[in-house]
Amino acid sequence: MRGKSGMKVIPASDSSLLIVLGSAISPELHARVIGLFRALRAKQDPRIRNLHPGYTSVLVDFDPLQISHHELTTVVEQSTSAVGSQDEYRSKVVSIPVCYDVELGPDLVDLANYAKTSPEEVIRLHSSATYLVHFLGFSPGFAYMGGLPEKLHMPRLATPRGHVAGGTVGIAGSQTGVYPVDSAGGWRLIGRTPWRMFDPNADPPTRLQPGDTVRFSAIDRASFGAMAQP
Amino acid sequence: MPIRVKTPGMFSTIQDLGRYGYSHLGISPAGAADRLSLRIANLLVGNQENAPALEMTLLGATLEFDEPRIVALAGADCDAIVGTSAVRPGEAVAVPAGGMLKCGGMRTGARSYLAVQGGFDVPVVMGSAATDVRGGFGGLEGRRLKAGDLLPVRDGRSTRARRLKPGALDAVYRHDTVRVTRGAQQEWFGPEAFEVLFSCPYSISDQSDRTGLRLKGEVLRPREQSQLLTDGIPLGAMQVPQDGQPIILFVDQQTTGGYPKIANVIMADMHHIGQLRPHQQVRFHEVSIPQAITLLKEQERWLQDAFVP
Repeated sequence: MRGKSGMKVIPASDSSLLIVLGSAISPELHARVIGLFRALRAKQDPRIRNLHPGYTSVLVDFDPLQISHHELTTVVEQSTSAVGSQDEYRSKVVSIPVCYDVELGPDLVDLANYAKTSPEEVIRLHSSATYLVHFLGFSPGFAYMGGLPEKLHMPRLATPRGHVAGGTVGIAGSQTGVYPVDSAGGWRLIGRTPWRMFDPNADPPTRLQPGDTVRFSAIDRASFGAMAQP
Repeated sequence: MPIRVKTPGMFSTIQDLGRYGYSHLGISPAGAADRLSLRIANLLVGNQENAPALEMTLLGATLEFDEPRIVALAGADCDAIVGTSAVRPGEAVAVPAGGMLKCGGMRTGARSYLAVQGGFDVPVVMGSAATDVRGGFGGLEGRRLKAGDLLPVRDGRSTRARRLKPGALDAVYRHDTVRVTRGAQQEWFGPEAFEVLFSCPYSISDQSDRTGLRLKGEVLRPREQSQLLTDGIPLGAMQVPQDGQPIILFVDQQTTGGYPKIANVIMADMHHIGQLRPHQQVRFHEVSIPQAITLLKEQERWLQDAFVP
C-alpha cells in the first residue's frame, strides 16, 4: 500500500488494485475518480482488463502474468498526476425523455403522498434536477446517479416487485435510476423512458457512461408511443 | 451441419474465457466457471483455447451429430458415452455421422466442458462468445440451451487433435481446499475473523450459481458495522453481508457491491470454485499475493507441458 496525495493503493486480489481517492461522496471527488478512470482508459493498455469506478475509488483489474502490482501502481501514479483540476473535467450531458404516468410508474402517487406534495410537483422536481452518473453496476447499463432533490428521497419497497419493465425510472433512498432491462426490483417507480438504455449490439452498448451528467425531460403518452424503441 | 440438442441437461450454456473491458458499463465477465477445463477441452481437439465450448452443470446434455466430428470433454466426469463407448474427461474422441453423445450426471465436480473441433459458431458480442444469462446476450441467443436447439459449428478440418500426457490431470482438481489472499477491506476485520475463516469448514449453499457461491458456516463479523461505499468487485472476491455468511462473487457477478470483501480467491484456484457442488464442504487457506502469482505461473507452465508434443 502506498500513499500519494491522499490516494491509497490497495491490492484487492492477485490481479487487481483498488485505488481509493477519498472517503466521502462529493462532486469534487467524483471528478477525480472519473478523471483517473478516463486517464487509465485512454492508455488502452492491453495488460489492463477492466477499469471500474466506484463512489470514491477505481478498481483496476489486470493480467498479473504481464504486469506486476508494483509496475501498475507506478502507471496509476503517473495517471493521477496527469489528471488536471476540476475545471478540465468535461461531462457529456444526456437528456432522457421520461413519461411520468401512473400506468408506467405505479408509485408516483405514493411518492407524492410520502413527500406531502402533488404528483405534478414530484415530476417538476425530478425533471428539473441535474444528476451525476457515479458509476454503472447491478446489471448491464444500470447507472448509479447522485443529485436527487431531498424532498423525493423515499425508502425502497419492503417487498421488491417480481417484474419491472426495462426503461422504468425509479427512486430508492437518495438515488434515482433507470432499469435498463426487465428485472425484479424494489425501487419506487415514477415513469418510463421510451429509450433503450442497454443494447448489447450497439457501440457503446449503454446510453450512459460513468461521469455523464443526466437530466430527465417530461414527455406525454403520445410522444412516449412515438419514440418507443423495440 | 449444426449439432442438435436432444436434451439440454440441467443448465448448459455456450462459454469462452470471458468478456473483458466492459465492467464499467455494469457488464460481468461471464465465461466458463472453470476456465482451465474449457482451455483443456479446446486444446484436446486442436482449437484455440478461447474457442466457444459448451459448459454443462451437474447433469449433462445429449447431442446428436449429423456429421462426423472430433470432440473432447474436460472437467467433471459426466459418464458420457458415444454409442456404447465411454468418453472420459481429458481425451478426444470421434463421433460418427448420426452419432449421439450422451452426458449423464456428475458425481464429483459440478461442471463438464464439451469442445468440438472448430468450436461452436456463435456471434461475438463485446469481444466474447460467452453467454450472459442475466443480460440476455452472447452465446446462443443469450440463454441456456433447450431441447431442439441447433448448435452451429465452425469448420474444424484444419485442426489436429492432441493427447494429454499420462496422469497429467491427476493434480488439477482438488475438491476440499481453496486458496485466498486477504481482500480489499481486510482492515475491516480483526484477527478473530481471519482465524475463523482459515480454520472452519464452510459448506456450499444450494442457492449458489454462476453469480456467486453462498457459503454456510461460522459467522464472520467486521470490527464494527459501518457502511461501505459501493465500489468495483474483483472476480472471486469474498464479501461478507450483514448476516456474516460469506459470498464468493463469481463469473456472472454484479460488477459493484457494498459489502466489505474479507478475502479473494486466487486466480490459480478459480477453476475449483467452478467445480464446487451444493452442500459440499470447503476450507480456505491463506497465501500471499506473490505466492498466488507464483502459483498462477506454475499452472500456466503445467498447461504448456501437459500435452504430448
